[in-house]
Amino acid sequence: MNPSPILSVEGLTVDFLSDAAPLRAVDNVSFAVAPGETLCILGESGSGKSVSSSTILDILDCPPAEIVAGRIVFEGRDMGTLGPAERRDINGRRIAMIFQDPLAHLNPVYTVGWQICEVFETHGVCRGEEARRRAVELLGHVGIAEPASRMDQYPHEFSGGQRQRIMIAMAIALKPSLLIADEPTTALDVSVQAQILDLLRDLQREFGMALILITHDLEVAASMADRIVVMKAGKIVEQGPAREVFTAPQHDYTRKLMSALPAEPAAGADRRSKSERGETLLVVKGLTKTYELPKSMFGKARSLLAVEDVSFSVSQGETLGIVGESGSGKSTVARMLLRLNEPTAGQAFYRGQDIFALDPSEMLALRRKVQMVFQDPYGSMNPRMDVFTIISEPWLIHKDILPKAQWRARVAELLELVGLQPDCMGRHIHQFSGGQRQRIAIARALASDPELLVCDEAVSALDVSIQAQVIDLLADLRNRLGLSYIFITHDLPIVRHFADRIIVMRNGRIVESAPTESLFGSPKAEYTRMLLAAVPQPKWSR
Amino acid sequence: MSEIIITAAPPAPRFAGLRTTWRYLVRDKFALVAVGFLVLLVLAAIFGPMLIGELATRPGLRQRNLAPFSFAHDWTYFLGADTLGRSIIARLLVGAQNTLGIAFAAVVVATLVGGTLGLIAGYTQRLYGAAILRLADIIMSFPSLLLALIVLYLLGPSVTNLVFVLAFTRIPIYLRTTRAEVMELRQRMFVQAAKSMGAGHLRIVLRHIAPLTIPTLVTIAAIDFAAVILAESALSFLGLGIQPPEFTWGAMVATGRGYLQSAWWISFWPGLLIMLTTLSLNIVASWARTAADPQQRWRLQKLQRSPR
Amino acid sequence: MLGFIVRRAMQSAVAIIGLLVLVFVLTRLTGDPAALFLPLDSSLEARQEFNRLNGFDRPIYLQFLTYLGDLARFEFGMSLRQNRPAMEVALQAFPHTLQLAVIAISLATFFAVVVGSIAAARPGGLFDRVASLVSLAGASAPDFWVAIVGVMIFAVGLDLLPTSGTGGPLYWIMPIGVLVLRPFGLLVQVVRGTMIGVLSTPYVKTARAKGVSPTVIIFKHGLRNAVLPVITVAGDLAASLVNGAVVVETIFGWPGIGKLMIDAIIQRDFAVVQSTILVTACAIFILNIAIDLAYALLDPRIRRQTT
Repeated sequence: MNPSPILSVEGLTVDFLSDAAPLRAVDNVSFAVAPGETLCILGESGSGKSVSSSTILDILDCPPAEIVAGRIVFEGRDMGTLGPAERRDINGRRIAMIFQDPLAHLNPVYTVGWQICEVFETHGVCRGEEARRRAVELLGHVGIAEPASRMDQYPHEFSGGQRQRIMIAMAIALKPSLLIADEPTTALDVSVQAQILDLLRDLQREFGMALILITHDLEVAASMADRIVVMKAGKIVEQGPAREVFTAPQHDYTRKLMSALPAEPAAGADRRSKSERGETLLVVKGLTKTYELPKSMFGKARSLLAVEDVSFSVSQGETLGIVGESGSGKSTVARMLLRLNEPTAGQAFYRGQDIFALDPSEMLALRRKVQMVFQDPYGSMNPRMDVFTIISEPWLIHKDILPKAQWRARVAELLELVGLQPDCMGRHIHQFSGGQRQRIAIARALASDPELLVCDEAVSALDVSIQAQVIDLLADLRNRLGLSYIFITHDLPIVRHFADRIIVMRNGRIVESAPTESLFGSPKAEYTRMLLAAVPQPKWSR
Repeated sequence: MSEIIITAAPPAPRFAGLRTTWRYLVRDKFALVAVGFLVLLVLAAIFGPMLIGELATRPGLRQRNLAPFSFAHDWTYFLGADTLGRSIIARLLVGAQNTLGIAFAAVVVATLVGGTLGLIAGYTQRLYGAAILRLADIIMSFPSLLLALIVLYLLGPSVTNLVFVLAFTRIPIYLRTTRAEVMELRQRMFVQAAKSMGAGHLRIVLRHIAPLTIPTLVTIAAIDFAAVILAESALSFLGLGIQPPEFTWGAMVATGRGYLQSAWWISFWPGLLIMLTTLSLNIVASWARTAADPQQRWRLQKLQRSPR
Repeated sequence: MLGFIVRRAMQSAVAIIGLLVLVFVLTRLTGDPAALFLPLDSSLEARQEFNRLNGFDRPIYLQFLTYLGDLARFEFGMSLRQNRPAMEVALQAFPHTLQLAVIAISLATFFAVVVGSIAAARPGGLFDRVASLVSLAGASAPDFWVAIVGVMIFAVGLDLLPTSGTGGPLYWIMPIGVLVLRPFGLLVQVVRGTMIGVLSTPYVKTARAKGVSPTVIIFKHGLRNAVLPVITVAGDLAASLVNGAVVVETIFGWPGIGKLMIDAIIQRDFAVVQSTILVTACAIFILNIAIDLAYALLDPRIRRQTT
C-alpha cells in the first residue's frame, strides 16, 4: 500500500522577513504523497498551508519570504539542486496547480484557449492547430459545453464554476503526476463545489495523479482525502489516514476542529431555542424586489427580479434560518427588512406596524428593536473608532436609551456578555481577531436592547472552530435575553442545530419552508434534496 | 458564566509609528536627503526673510552683476548678485517664501473645496452630484496651464487670482479622488451598519466617511504640491503670474533670461531651487507610497534572518 | 462599439461647449469687454464705439445667442494685429505644435515602456534605482528652466545648436528634448508601478506555475496588461503637452499654437485667443476619442460590453 512517494517534503521551514523578528510561516514541515494518492492539508487561515504548496512550485517571492531549511524531493530529484530552467520545466509538465479564485488567476486579456495553448507551447509539446485541437479536447473533457466556440472567449465571460474547470483543464494539459489544488472550491456555491470535487476525483482516477488538496473545509477534506495533514500556525499538529484523523483525533487542536463539524451530532447538540414560542413578532407578506437594469443605448429597459413574493413570520424567541446560494435573494430580504433597500412590493408587519409605511421618527424607534449583524467582521465596524465608541454609537443616535454617565459601565457589561474582557474597550478594531470582532459587532447590536437580530452570513467569514463558538454565543444570548433571530447563510449544515425553522431560497423565491427536523429528515423540494446531497460525504463511508 | 473570557491580542501599532517611519526613512537615503532638504527649505523660507529680507531689495552699485563663488564680499553675495547688485541669496529666500506660500495656499484651497465637493458628489447620487462631476471633467479635459493663462488673462494677474487659478485647476483631482473613495466607503459594511442603527446622513458623512478620506487627501496634497509649484513658476515665468515688485522663483528665472550671456547665475539658481524642491517632494512621495504599501514595504525594512 | 464611441464623443462635446460657455461668461461678466478686446491705450470713444459695434450694449442673453451663432459658423472675428481671420492664424500655427507633440509623446512613450519594464523586472536593483531617480528628476524639472540652461550650454556655451527658430533637424533637438522630459519621467513611473503591480497578480502566479519563463511573463503577460493604464496616462500627458508647448515654443521661438496664444494674450488680441482655445479643445477632443477606441480595442472586458 505504501509505494515510494512521488513527492516528499522534509523539514521545510519558511520565514517571512521584516523589520521585526522573522515570522515563521512554515515550521519544520514534513510530508509525502504517493502516486495516485490524495493528501489533504487541512488548516485555518494563517496556518501556512498555502505557503508550503507555493514552495513546492517555487513560486514564492523571496524576499520577503525565505526558505530557511528543508528539502523537496520530487520523482527522486532534489528540487534544490536543479537550475532555474530545469526547475521551471517541471512546473506545468509534472506538477500543476489550481487556485482558489479562478477569475483572478486567469489572465483577463487573453482568451482561455490562448492560455491553455500556452502550456503546450511553453513546454515545446506542440503549437498552432495541434495545440488548439488539444485545448478544445481538454475543455470538453472538463465539462465545458461547446468547447470549440468557447475557446475564443475571455475569462470574464464564464461562470465561477466554469472558470475553475478551465483552470483544471490547463493544469491537466500535460498529464502531470502531481496536482496541487489550493482551496479549489472555497469561492463556489455548494452545488458547484460538489461538481468540481467530482471532476477532480474522476480526473485523478483517470490519470493516476497524486493530489494535494489544501483546504480549510472539514467536509471537503473528509470527502476527498486518503491521508490528512493538519496544520496550525505553521506546524503540523497531526497527520495520518483520513478516517483515523477524523474519527479518533489525537491532538487537542484536531479534536476541537472536529467538534466543529456540524454533521457530528455530538457537537453542541442543541443550540436550538428551548423556550416556548412567544407572540408573533414579524410577519412578512409578498415581499418583492426588482432592480431596474440600466438600459443599453438601443435596447429596452430590463429588470431583474431579486426577490419575489416572499412571505414568512418570526415569533418571539424563535430562530428562523434562511438558506440559499449566492444570488438567491436571501441578503436582499434582510436588507429590505432593515430598510437599507426599499422593496418594490409587499408588506412587513413588526408587532402589527407596517415597516414600510413608517414615518422617519417611528422608523428610528423601530431601528432600536431590530438590529443586524453583518457578514464581514473586518468591514462592519469603522476602523478609526475604538471599541467603546463603536458600542456606544447607538446611544448617541437614540438619545433616550441611556444617560451618558452610565455608558462606560454598560459597555463593560456588554463586552462581558459576549465573552470579552471589559478592559479592551479602549482598543481599536484591528487589534482583534475575526471571531473577537464578530463578538464586538454582536455587543453593538445588543446595545439598543433589540428584540430581533438579523444575522446576514454572520459566521461565514470565520474559521470553522470560531464559527461554532460564535453560534454558541448567539444561542446562549437568545436563551438568556429572549431574542429572536433571522439567521441568513449559504451553509445548510451550520443551521441544523441552531435554527428552529428553515426557509430555503433560490432565484429570489422560497422553494421550501419547514421546521428544521422535517427539512433535514424529509426534504420536499427537489432543490433542497440537491443541496443536502451536495454536502460532501466522508470518503470512507461511501 | 460558562464562557471562556477571550482577551484581545496585545496592542499592535496600527500604522507604522513614528519610530518605524524614521527607520524606513533611514533605509532610503534619497528620501532621507530629500526630507532634510525640505525641512531646511521650509525653515529658511519662514525665518530667512526676517533676517536678511531687506537685502533682497537693496541695490548695491559695487556688487552689480557680481559672479558667484566670490569671497570678496559678504557671504550673502556668495551666489552672486543681479543687474542691480541685489544679493541673490536674499532674493532666493524671499522668493522661497512667496513660492512656497502661494503653492501652500493653493493646495489648501484645492483640498478643502475639492474634498468637500467630492464628499457631496460621492454621497448624493442626485443631479447636482452629477453636475459637479461634469464640471470637473470640463476643467480636467483642458490643459491646466492654458486654462490658468486664460483665466488670469481675463481676471488680471494678482496674488489672490494666482492662488485662485492654481487651486481651480487642481480641484478636479481632489474632487474625483474623494468622490471615488466616498463611493467605495458608502458601500462599506460599517456605513450600512450605522444606517441600520438609525444614523442620519449628516452623522454618516461626518463621522464615518469624512475621517477616512483624510489620509488619501493628505497624500495627494503632498504630491500635488510639487505640481502646483511648477505651474506657478511657469505662469510667473510667462509673466502672467506674480507681478513686480513681488517675485517668486519662476519670476526670477524670467528676469534673468535677458542676461544669459553676461550673468547666467541670475536665472540659474532659482530654477535649480525649483527643481530641487519638486524633486525632493516627488522622492518623498514615492518613498511614502512604498512605505504605505503592505506588499512593497519590506523593501524598506532591514530584513532580519533567523539564525541557522 | 459604435454606441460607446458616440456616447464618449457626446461627453467630450459637452466638455467643449462647457469650456466655451466658461470663456463667454468670464469675458462678459468680469467687466468691460472693450478692455479685453481693445489695446490698453484706446480712447473712451473708441471703446464705446467698439461696444456698440459688437453689440456689447445689448442684453446678455442676446449676446450669448450671437456668440453661439458665431461659434457655429466658425466666425471668430479678425485678428487685431495680423488683420487676418483669427481662425486662419490659429490653424496655421497648429501643425507646428502637432508635429512637436506627436514626436515628443511617441519618443517618451517608447523609451518609458522600455525603461519602466526593465526597472520593474528587478525592483530595487541598480537599474531600477537609477531609472527611478532619472525619471523623478524628469518629472520634477521646470521645463522653462531646463530650456534656458540648454540654451546656455548648447547654444551660448558650446555653440552646437541654434538658440531659436525653425529650420533643419538641429532646430528640433532642444524643443523636443525639453518637451519629452516630463512625459517620459511620469510615464516611467507609471509603467514601472503598473508592471510591478501586474507581476504580483494571481494570474502571473498561474503563469509561473505553468512553467512560463520570466521573459515571456514580463513581455506577454505583464506588458499586455500594463499597457492599458499606460495608454490612459500617455493620452492625458499628450493633452497636457500643450502646457509644455506654450513654454517651449515661447523660449525657442517656435511658431506653434502655444506661442501664438501667449503672444495674443500679451498683445490682447482676443479673437486669436478664442480661436486657439477652440482649436486646442478640438484636438484634445479627437485625442480623447482615439484613446477610448484604443482602450476598448485592447481590453476584452470593455470590448465585449460595448459591442
